[in-house]
Amino acid sequence: MLLEVKDLYVAVEGTNILKGLNLQVKKGEVHAIMGPNGSGKSTLAKILAGHPAYEVTKGEILYEGKDLLELDPDERAREGVFMAFQYPVEVPGVSNSQFLRLAYNEKMKHIGDEELDPLEFNDLLKEKAKIVEMDPKFFKRSVNEGFSGGEKKRNEILQMAVLEPKLALLDETDSGLDIDALRIVANGVNQLKSEENAVILVTHYQRLLEYIIPDFVHVLANGKIVKEGGKELALELEEKGYDWVKAAGQ
Amino acid sequence: MTQAGKETIYTKEFQKSFENANQPEWLKNLRKEAFDYFTEEGFPTVRNEEWKYTSVNSEQLAVNRSSELDVDDEQIEKILTDIEGENRLVFVDGILDEELTLLTDLPEGVKIRSFAESLEDETFKASLTKLVEFDFNGFTALNTAFIEQGVFIHVPKNTKVESKIHIIFIGENETANFARVLYVGEQFSEAEIIEQYTRTREANYFTNVVCEVNLADNARLVHTRAQRESHSAVHIITSNAELNRTSVYDNTNITLGAKLSRHDVNLSFNEEGGEAWVDGLYLVEDGQHTDTHSRIDHKVKNCHSHQTYKGILDGKSRAVFNGKVFVHENASGTDAEQSNKNLLLSNEARVDTKPQLEIFNDDVKCAHGATVGQLEEEELFYLLSRGLHESLARNLLTYGFAEEIINKIEIPSIKKELDEAVLNRLHAKLEA
Repeated sequence: MLLEVKDLYVAVEGTNILKGLNLQVKKGEVHAIMGPNGSGKSTLAKILAGHPAYEVTKGEILYEGKDLLELDPDERAREGVFMAFQYPVEVPGVSNSQFLRLAYNEKMKHIGDEELDPLEFNDLLKEKAKIVEMDPKFFKRSVNEGFSGGEKKRNEILQMAVLEPKLALLDETDSGLDIDALRIVANGVNQLKSEENAVILVTHYQRLLEYIIPDFVHVLANGKIVKEGGKELALELEEKGYDWVKAAGQ
Repeated sequence: MTQAGKETIYTKEFQKSFENANQPEWLKNLRKEAFDYFTEEGFPTVRNEEWKYTSVNSEQLAVNRSSELDVDDEQIEKILTDIEGENRLVFVDGILDEELTLLTDLPEGVKIRSFAESLEDETFKASLTKLVEFDFNGFTALNTAFIEQGVFIHVPKNTKVESKIHIIFIGENETANFARVLYVGEQFSEAEIIEQYTRTREANYFTNVVCEVNLADNARLVHTRAQRESHSAVHIITSNAELNRTSVYDNTNITLGAKLSRHDVNLSFNEEGGEAWVDGLYLVEDGQHTDTHSRIDHKVKNCHSHQTYKGILDGKSRAVFNGKVFVHENASGTDAEQSNKNLLLSNEARVDTKPQLEIFNDDVKCAHGATVGQLEEEELFYLLSRGLHESLARNLLTYGFAEEIINKIEIPSIKKELDEAVLNRLHAKLEA
């Protein structure tokens, strides 16, 4: 088992958001977490990535059998947890390639693999950029600075491609994307998923799931999973809306 | 010699310098008048509103001036290696070292000369102390009293000096270093000056430099000042620029060194259509105090000023920023932007920032702001979530904060030096 979330309670600034959530994810699986606004689905992604504003008040999270909550966010990343942000942060003055190489080398150092110098890394980056059809001119630009919404999301998937996580959390990656950008991002994720990793898609809409087919769909309402099923559940939600599941969460 | 009964720590040095100086009468009179003013007024104290946050302990100031060039040649060579194929003037302990001076083939009429060689020059005589009068404060008075060392640059009409002009001040011994830079750019002239303040070793010296920049109609000057003085040194600069019709002045001030540094950077638009940048970055750590006071005067219509000052403070350090922008009554069409942003890396660091706009005209566009803060938690989390260790993530964000100013500097050797200086201080390991 790659990830086991057991009876998880999470609070932010004293308000309970997740109230007894359970989830199991194995390598090779794609899970979709769906739910209405405020249901806690982004909170799940953030708590897994280790966002400091979120506090676990009860329950546990096991990652590869170990206590994930014991690890700092950067340690989690080096262990293979990756979150694509809903709102990627701009880092002025730091070039994309510089940033990615630092992150890549931190991970290589951690797993005892070879670090790359700027030239070697540039070759790697060029290859990875093809996955999200990204122009190398973006390498030199400051991280996310002045990027369009679509470019930021593609940049997130490029980071995922470089870091090759075992567990990828995509937090509303489809939000704000036009159809072409959605296709490129989804296509990128599809190329990156394998039997060795797992993907958790956090999404409000079903539309992303037309491109990235989930093995499991979990519907979250009021901090709990209220319904689970296969990919057909997403379609049902699209048709019926969230009102019928909201009632179940009360 | 000086006023009866009053003595200052500089009286002896002044008398020695004054008596030995082979200078024309007008200059000697000016010097004497300035020294009398200094004797009377002394250095500014915290009772002076402009010096409210910066107290100068005159007991800690070096007094003696360097009489001979007793220097570490190897260290100086190291400092100068990067500056090839350009003009350079090198002051060591405040004394212009003719042997280290290099001048390229300058276009006809361009003068880059020591003060000693300029004493009979009409432009020199007309311009010296025109923009910074001795009674601006005790430091400018003292500097004027000791006028001997300096560089005079005169670029004639329609002339561009292609090769950059480096003026390098190197501190080595515990001396009081008084020098001046006097720049006169005639109509449609262009040049680039880089002032560097550096040291061969950690010494408690005192730099007191006055810089005057006169730009005639359509004259352009890029003026960069990089200060990496000894951390035991006191560094005082007073720099004034005057712009005329559609002149352009791009000034960047980088502060990394000195125990105490103070910049008075003033600029005045005297004719329409001028544009100026007065930017700065100060990066200070434990035990350092830096103070920038600037004043930008929009006296006439349709001028544009930009001012971005950024500060990064660590340890028990302190920064002061006071930026005044005056938009005078008849200065319609003025566009003035000013910002001062500070990043505090320690709880003991302190910033006093005061952007100050005074507008006496309605038809203007002015924006100003100041921020003091710590690194954004969300930005930090973003970097951590990519596996960067916290110290590296913090360094990277801090570096990014400074880059906006560092990127303005187009001279590779200085940019590299600054990048390294910033990074070394941040203990980061960022190969390009």
